Amino acid sequence: MAVAVADGAVPIANPRRKSRTAGLYPSWFYLPAAIIFAVLFMLPTVASLFFSLTRWTLQKADFIGLENFAQFFREPFLFQGLVNTLIYGVVTSGLKVVLGMLLALLLTSDIFGRGYLRAVVFFPVLVSTVGVGITFTAMMHPTQGLINETLASIGIKGPGWLTDPRFALYSVAIVDVWKGVGLATVIYIAGIVSIPLEYYEAAKIDGATSWQRFWTVTLPLVHPATATVIILSFIGGLRSFDLIWAMTKGGPGFTSDVIASVIYKQYQAGFYGLSTAGNVVLFVMVALIIVPLSMFLNRKEVDR
Amino acid sequence: MLMRKLTRAALVTTGVIAILAGTASAQDKVKVTFLFDNAPSTVAMAEALATAFEAKHPNIDIETESRPGGADGDNLIKTRLATGEMADVFLYNSGSLFQAINPTQNLVDLTNEPFQANVIDSFKSVVTGTDGKVYGAPIGTAMGGGILYNIPIYKELGLTPPKSWAEFMANNEKIKAAGKTAVIQSFGETWTSQLFVLGDFYNVLAADPNFPADYTAGKAKYATTPVAMKGFERQEEIFKGGYLNEDFAAATFPDGVTKVATGEGAHYPMLSFAVANIKELAPENINDVGFFAIPGDDAANNGLTTWMPSGLYIPTTSKVQAEAKEFIAFVASIEGCDVQTASAGAAGPYLVKDCKLPADVPPVVADLLPYFQEGGHSAPALEFLSPIKGPALEQITVEVGSGIRSAADGAALYDEDVKKQAQQLGLPGW
Repeated sequence: MAVAVADGAVPIANPRRKSRTAGLYPSWFYLPAAIIFAVLFMLPTVASLFFSLTRWTLQKADFIGLENFAQFFREPFLFQGLVNTLIYGVVTSGLKVVLGMLLALLLTSDIFGRGYLRAVVFFPVLVSTVGVGITFTAMMHPTQGLINETLASIGIKGPGWLTDPRFALYSVAIVDVWKGVGLATVIYIAGIVSIPLEYYEAAKIDGATSWQRFWTVTLPLVHPATATVIILSFIGGLRSFDLIWAMTKGGPGFTSDVIASVIYKQYQAGFYGLSTAGNVVLFVMVALIIVPLSMFLNRKEVDR
Repeated sequence: MLMRKLTRAALVTTGVIAILAGTASAQDKVKVTFLFDNAPSTVAMAEALATAFEAKHPNIDIETESRPGGADGDNLIKTRLATGEMADVFLYNSGSLFQAINPTQNLVDLTNEPFQANVIDSFKSVVTGTDGKVYGAPIGTAMGGGILYNIPIYKELGLTPPKSWAEFMANNEKIKAAGKTAVIQSFGETWTSQLFVLGDFYNVLAADPNFPADYTAGKAKYATTPVAMKGFERQEEIFKGGYLNEDFAAATFPDGVTKVATGEGAHYPMLSFAVANIKELAPENINDVGFFAIPGDDAANNGLTTWMPSGLYIPTTSKVQAEAKEFIAFVASIEGCDVQTASAGAAGPYLVKDCKLPADVPPVVADLLPYFQEGGHSAPALEFLSPIKGPALEQITVEVGSGIRSAADGAALYDEDVKKQAQQLGLPGW
């Protein structure tokens, strides 16, 4: 044991050795990870690119060129799905940023029962998404749901949260925010706590109000956390599926369909080639949106 | 010390192996796995069949397993067939869904099994592959797609079951005027939304006997065939009339069944197999529910759209095909029918010759039977005459039935959906 440690320490201790190119570990250390990555990630990616060009029955695949992509873009629900996906991504990630920030400010201040409240805010993150979906579906039932019965008791007739095409997508988005805001809050808490107190002290001495301290100290310095929250929640929103499927299955009709649920329905119907093509489209779309967004957010970070 | 522990462990292990080997040889049974959908009536029927069969064949052990129904079930069946993990005997739809699982490649040919002599030909035709071989045997009874109605409401308002669409709408108007829900819909489970379109097919076929062939060849479309489009239009008409229950968008199938049985609504468009669910959910109301076919324009030509029962199939990957065939032969026998009737109740006529129904059937079944008998009018649903059924119909009919999309638009959208299915099946002309 002791010998091994000494061996490992040699390259660092001895500056004459060119340890930079050799790396910290022997190259075969990387092999297991490389094999797992190749078999479970690279291979399926390449295979899916191939199958997206075929009409596939799981047993035989007829090559049909780009026909699946053409079909996928002809899909009458697809455009609606694209728009819904973007709406869902923007609404959920926007609300998570704002609410996460507010909750984090609250939970880093000196309030009573801070540790308990932090746990409470984080708790929904740990619950199963499908369980949350089923629970809220019951609560949002148009006539027997808890929400509309409560509203009825004070004389308001609540809408069909999940059954009215105007509200269905937003109702799911709000549940998504409720479930996911805890993670955003935790990231923000970490960001706020890591801001050195000296800045606040300096600002106080200069006579800044608490509002000014928030705008000029907290908000700019918590930027890395904001970038992380936006990117994580936006990717999550774009590829979200489980909550929507548990709550509306894309319904009523096709009105709350997102790309992922359109793809899943193609798979369910046995259109394997078509749904694989849909996944390729989703992959490209997420990459096209997230890569520039990430570069933009990170550049700003360097600038400051 | 260590040595002694190791020895003891070795001894225990050998002992366990000996015990295991002992039980295996003592119970020398052939295990046949049996997969079916998880509808309570199917489960009751399947378990009873397995028990009755095991009693007769002590050397065979039927291991039952249930699966989800609907689109999830379709997905599961296709995947398990493709990966070679299918149960030795499985229950699945006949007709177009049967065609979609690639029977000629995946299933064992049952054409020359002796039990087929007693199976009625109309069933054989819906489990026949493109190569002309028969791949299935019937389980359960034939059904009708029509409208379940609440008999006490009809009596109270002095109504009679309608023979034409105009009469049906007049009844709806009277029921609505009496302050009751005229038509129940349960879009919380989307599959229940398709009856106005699928159950109208008798009327389509009566007006256009060539429709199934032209439709399969890609020549006839819903959007351009006025008589076929009627189903979508009628669904729209019902919504616009304001006849629906308040929670139609969220209600589930059990809700719908309970409502029509207890008189919370007068009409529920549904397949007649729901009689088993009434028995389960509202047993004291079983005699309050009657049935009639979805009426067309012509009262003189009133008939029923019928559904064939599901089939039992054996995958080619099964290693115990002889035993699996024995089990299927038992199900498709008169004895098998009796076990099914006793466990789940008969919801319509059987597709096995000489199978008898009990004398005291519930009113739904009593109303259904005349359509099947001599002089009655019935025609199979489109999914038994054509291999193509679009998978998105249930979402489209939800949209048309909730006023989100117009009937014409819905029919056109369904034609697109059908095209994908035809291409996936590799049919000529698409």
